[in-house]
Amino acid sequence: MNPRLLPYFLIFPVTLFLCLFFLYPFVLVSQEAFSNENGYNLDNFREVTSYWKFPISLKNTFLLAAAVVPVQLALSLLMATMVNRMKRGRDLILYIWTIPLGISDLAAGIIWLAIFEQSGFLNSMLGGLGLIDSPTNFLSYQTPVMVFVAIMLAEIWRATAIMLVILVAGIGLIPKEYYEAGEVFGASPWQRFLKITLPLLRPSLQTALVLRVILAFEVFAVVQALGGTLFPVLMGETYAYQFDLLDGGAAAAIALIILAISITFTLIIMRALRVPKGATI
Amino acid sequence: MAVIEIKNVAKTFGSYQALHDINLTIADQEFMVLLGASGCGKSTLLRIICGLETASEGEVWIGGRRVDHLPPKDRGISMVFQNYAVFPHLTVFENIGFGLRMQKMPDDDVKRRVERTAGLMHIDQLLSRYSGELSGGQRQRVAVARALAMEPDVILMDEPLSNLDALLRMEMRAELKGVLAESNTTAIYVTHDQVEAMSMADRISVMHEGKIVQAASPIEVYRNPAAEFVAGFIGNPPMNFLDATPQGGGKYTVAGHSFDGPSAANSNLQFAIRPEDMKLSDDGLQAVAKVVEPLGAHLLVTCELDGKLFRAILDSEMQVKPGDVLKLAPMPDRIRWFDPATTLAVA
Ligand SMILES: Nc1ncnc2c1ncn2[C@@H]1O[C@H](COP(=O)(O)OP(=O)(O)O)[C@@H](O)[C@H]1O
Ligand SMILES: [Mg+2]
Repeated sequence: MNPRLLPYFLIFPVTLFLCLFFLYPFVLVSQEAFSNENGYNLDNFREVTSYWKFPISLKNTFLLAAAVVPVQLALSLLMATMVNRMKRGRDLILYIWTIPLGISDLAAGIIWLAIFEQSGFLNSMLGGLGLIDSPTNFLSYQTPVMVFVAIMLAEIWRATAIMLVILVAGIGLIPKEYYEAGEVFGASPWQRFLKITLPLLRPSLQTALVLRVILAFEVFAVVQALGGTLFPVLMGETYAYQFDLLDGGAAAAIALIILAISITFTLIIMRALRVPKGATI
Repeated sequence: MAVIEIKNVAKTFGSYQALHDINLTIADQEFMVLLGASGCGKSTLLRIICGLETASEGEVWIGGRRVDHLPPKDRGISMVFQNYAVFPHLTVFENIGFGLRMQKMPDDDVKRRVERTAGLMHIDQLLSRYSGELSGGQRQRVAVARALAMEPDVILMDEPLSNLDALLRMEMRAELKGVLAESNTTAIYVTHDQVEAMSMADRISVMHEGKIVQAASPIEVYRNPAAEFVAGFIGNPPMNFLDATPQGGGKYTVAGHSFDGPSAANSNLQFAIRPEDMKLSDDGLQAVAKVVEPLGAHLLVTCELDGKLFRAILDSEMQVKPGDVLKLAPMPDRIRWFDPATTLAVA
């Protein structure tokens, strides 16, 4: 077989699979979003964006992403740097730190609900310590900040590991000689992190951030478990349109809006962290 | 510009002793080469001087200052790494200026210094390139320029030319030596390549199994090896050894012939001679040619002599075939003697 055609031949099955199960449904969803009984139009988009909950869910989704992703980025960088310096027990720590990855987002939400709810761990602990007289409801409409913090904590706990594993792999690829050169030429540990680790980690940071940001805009089950209707987000609205209001067109329209946001941020991240030609390891 | 003193330095990795009681003084502006086979501890010693590794015992002094508790940047040194370690995410300019920027040198001064060193290393055309756009030789030049830009007292180099092809290596060898001589820095250069060592060094320290066996000028190391190891390591091919038995009165029997040797010793010795220090003569040692390799400039003949392999370098005009019997006479003033008990040279 012609060796130039071989790669295309080999990726054909995967491509076919993707077309069948991703592209085709995508076309269907788009069709549904851009049409109603009157034919092709933007009515669905008009409907969902003019609904009073839309600006709130949009704002909440962005707020949550803006609060969670930077914290996760900093945390995962710190954790990856620490893991990378460990000689013994490195794998064990990595396994422990990545346990939340194995738990579904709904289960994660329920775990944190068990902590924060009126009869939860936090209340019994505070009560046991004598800090409060009777259990309080942390997750009520009267404590929106607390609801937000609980969701933030759950999200950070659940999804930092995905960034961590990507960054650990990326840091492992940076040759030790660069750090030694940095040290010899007078860079402090912090400067070595800023001037060597971060720039050389750009490809991994790109991947980790893109993945994480896309997941942040799709946040759903954790919010549902902890905030319910107190903290509407875009994905929750999609669900509500599809299954509560049985309005497939509107659900499809919101899904496409989420997709557009994700693509925009992906492009921004790729652009911001791009590596000039010839400047790779 | 600094004298380097290494006092009783030892290094153990776990239970493995990589360096044993190293003592070495390197003069101001001297070009010192650490030469030895792979794994003998050259890099470890260099890294201890540099500060990337801490000695288990002993002291390192640079320019009259004890430095072994100081971080690398405070030792007045800079380093050229074996794999260059040219930062891929920085341009050549920023690479050369990296150390100066860390010192918070003003932009104008950085620019001047970078341009001057880049000119010295003939890479002034490449200043805006990334290392991915450079050849191995150019990267090597950037690494040297980055070290020189610091205007260090001491420049440390760990096999800096080992990743270059043979022709480029020869070219860089001469150039590096010239640039370093101009810069008035003390240099320590690690290599396993004896040609590199012989051609560049003011002094060579031959290392073996974590010890310095001999530290002397290249010609001294070549002519008067201090130990059997040096004699068998330096020279291509290295010295030949034959068994010598004492007759008394400073005379020794070697392959049935009598030679004048050290009179103080009166025990079995090793007789050593370089392959090129043999002449054909009727009263020479009898050898049977086994392999004949014409090398252009001369003829390398591997023979059997006194039951041992013995190499001789003869004139390229000679007609020698395998199986021929040769009469090889060692040049008397080139004969060296080693004590097999201590492996050291005896005079
Ligand atoms: N960090 C280390 N841990 C354990 N052993 C080491 C370490 N660095 C070097 N060694 C050992 O010390 C010996 C000398 O190494 P090195 O100085 O790199 O030799 P050279 O540079 O002469 O080839 C080798 O046997 C090597 O395996
Ligand atoms: Mg080495």
